[in-house]
Amino acid sequence: MFLVPKKKSISQAFVLKVRVMGTLECKGLTKVYQDHHKALDNLTLTLETTGIFALIGRNGAGKTTLVRILATELEPTSGNASINGMNILMQTDKLREKIAIVPQEARAIRWMTPKQTVKSYLLWRGYSYKDAKTLADESLEKMGLKNYANVLNANLSGGTKRKVLIATVTASEAEIIFLDEPTTGLDPISRRELWEILRELGKTRFIFLTTHYLEEAEQLAEKIGILKDGKLLSIGTLSELRGNSKYQYSVKLPPKTIVPNVKNATVTTSQTGITQIMTNEEEAFRLARLLSEQSVKFSITPVSLDDIFFYVVGQKAEDSNEA
Amino acid sequence: MKRSRFSQIIASVLVNAIYEMKNYPIVLLSSVIAPLSLLFVITFVSDGALLGAAIQGGLIMTFFSSGIALQSDLSHLKNDFKLQDMIVSSPTNSKIYVTGMALAEIVYSIPALAILIVLAAIFLHPSLVQFVILTFVLLLMFAVSVAIGFMLSTFSNDIVQSYAFARLLSLVFATLPPVYYPITYVPIPFNYVAYLSPTTFAAEIMHSATGYIDISLNRLILDWIVLIVTCIIIMYIAVKKTRWKDV
Repeated sequence: MFLVPKKKSISQAFVLKVRVMGTLECKGLTKVYQDHHKALDNLTLTLETTGIFALIGRNGAGKTTLVRILATELEPTSGNASINGMNILMQTDKLREKIAIVPQEARAIRWMTPKQTVKSYLLWRGYSYKDAKTLADESLEKMGLKNYANVLNANLSGGTKRKVLIATVTASEAEIIFLDEPTTGLDPISRRELWEILRELGKTRFIFLTTHYLEEAEQLAEKIGILKDGKLLSIGTLSELRGNSKYQYSVKLPPKTIVPNVKNATVTTSQTGITQIMTNEEEAFRLARLLSEQSVKFSITPVSLDDIFFYVVGQKAEDSNEA
Repeated sequence: MKRSRFSQIIASVLVNAIYEMKNYPIVLLSSVIAPLSLLFVITFVSDGALLGAAIQGGLIMTFFSSGIALQSDLSHLKNDFKLQDMIVSSPTNSKIYVTGMALAEIVYSIPALAILIVLAAIFLHPSLVQFVILTFVLLLMFAVSVAIGFMLSTFSNDIVQSYAFARLLSLVFATLPPVYYPITYVPIPFNYVAYLSPTTFAAEIMHSATGYIDISLNRLILDWIVLIVTCIIIMYIAVKKTRWKDV
């Protein structure tokens, strides 16, 4: 645990940003909705609550359900979880002091300004009016929203509205922040601006992020989990995911190149004619030597999260079908 | 960290009333027109004879509609802005949230209430006892409508239906029953139907207290019992059935 001093003008309760490094543990979490749809299936995971964790998966994989359960908004059907030693079912009130969430599809209330939005959320968390006002100003300034502080949310761009919501939760003392698809619908520039903000936040808080932008997870997260049909298929750092993957390297060949024989590989050709060979380290380097000797142009890179995701999700689906 | 309950309540009042009224002043006008429009109609049609009863009707409608409006407002904030999700995962509990939101509805109705209270002071001249009776009945009505409004909002996931349902409840409980005029104007058998609404009992107590109708003591006691029991039952159901956290 370490303490980072803040401005002295705010009462002692808000002076210290306390970062508690602990763990987030889910044990056998299952959620079956009333329409019998099983959104989470016996999910078990353990994470350190530090930095940024990204949960990736296709639409309907169960990402939002997991976030809502962890943020104490939704009851699991069975199983349990705890965050930094606080049980989500038994110690809800205590946990709610430490967490904050920006839900999927959350929007800044249109008849309010960013300053009013942040301030009212802090009041809801029990801050005094004076502290809420000071912290709202600070948070908006940190997010680069000072010039928009008194503009109606209705008149802000999509990216700015998202930043307002993130400024809202991060103005609080919450140590654990859940962001459910925070960049969905944003243009590439706004998305990258938001990444910068999230990177900074990840230095002082634990950010639990869900996304279906794989590049986002790759850019931001120290640890990544892959969810499919309510099951956690894989979890680890990007290099751990690569290591656990059947293939570690991707070799790309230009159109009309004769593809050499390769062992232990998956070969695909795109519509543009580019051939991708995903294979293990040994085979990738054998192939690289061979292609060099034949003076064939090619590129060789470690597999991307995209490749891992498509391999893991696709392969595990095949496994399930075979089973 | 010591958290202020007062701040938590004020947050709801700011979001659901003050900021909206400040940033969109047009809403002030619409909140005034609904209860006053029927008051004018009843007053003109009765040649002024029912002005006092209509003022009381306006108060009942304002308090009841304010509570019911909670349903559509909370539903709007919950479904369109995901506010309730953000609040559930925070140190604010459901009681504080709904208290603040209910207070916001009253604040939102202040322009209409101010006009009605001025009219009541001028034309009803209530004694202290009458004032206490009217206030107690109105607060009971408000509590019932808040309980119904909050309970329904937690089940709602469609804002269009929510607004339509709030308008329907307001019509069924605060406009159709004889609250703007004494129940003696309603012919048999329709008056039996009117007694299905708790607002009819509330209006009967208020109209009796201000001399617009003459009812027996037994009847008055029955009205109070029905009103209080209805209030308790609805609030009990609301507390039991309200879904703060999803299941």
